[in-house]
Amino acid sequence: MSVKILFFAGLREALGSGSETLDLPAGIATVGELRDFLAARGEPWSALATTKNLRVAVNQQMVGLDTPVKAGDEVAFFPPVTGG
Amino acid sequence: MSVSVQEADFDAGAEIGALSAGRDDVGAVASFVGLVRADKADGETSAAAAVKAMTLEHYQGMTEKALEEIVVQAQARWELLGVRVIHRVGRLLPGDRIVFVAVASSHRGDAFAACEFIMDYLKTRAPFWKKEETLQGGRWVDARESDDAAAGRWSDSK
Repeated sequence: MSVKILFFAGLREALGSGSETLDLPAGIATVGELRDFLAARGEPWSALATTKNLRVAVNQQMVGLDTPVKAGDEVAFFPPVTGG
Repeated sequence: MSVSVQEADFDAGAEIGALSAGRDDVGAVASFVGLVRADKADGETSAAAAVKAMTLEHYQGMTEKALEEIVVQAQARWELLGVRVIHRVGRLLPGDRIVFVAVASSHRGDAFAACEFIMDYLKTRAPFWKKEETLQGGRWVDARESDDAAAGRWSDSK
């Protein structure tokens, strides 16, 4: 089972990717660890580590980086929102 | 309660009218309309830095849920008889309407407060992002700390 990962706005542009499907690597239990795993791919993925106040949603609910992630989840990373 | 995320423009007068149509218990409807400004970034003075257009990106699926959750929270805090939220996405020009919030209640106090609460929470919790176009290029709008402060004050008191 895999996780669906989404990126939005400036982060999506920096990564050149809006989404990917990933087999959850062994040892990754939280969205923060998933963020670190992706950021460790090097440029341009380090943007995940350097984006100020990076936000994350799991299954379309905004959550903290210590939130557990499991196979089948939809995980989204994005900068702070600017609607309204 | 009704929430819409759409590219199309809206008719604020018609939306306000619909909140009290056919009922006699509504004593107040408070509404807010947000518009695109032809702003310049901080420190910029040249005409080329002015916003020519803006594109609203959103997280389809989560956006609607987030707006509905905000309205549910408002309904739990105040006595509301109706709520309408519309947020546009896509490319907009200065002067275009972006967002509409209207709240119907028996009395103005609850309507005013809930309308402001919904806008403050929408600004910090609904997954929309603005990208501005200027003659100098495109830039993503930075989140404002003042928006976090505006949303945060609601957690201290009613």
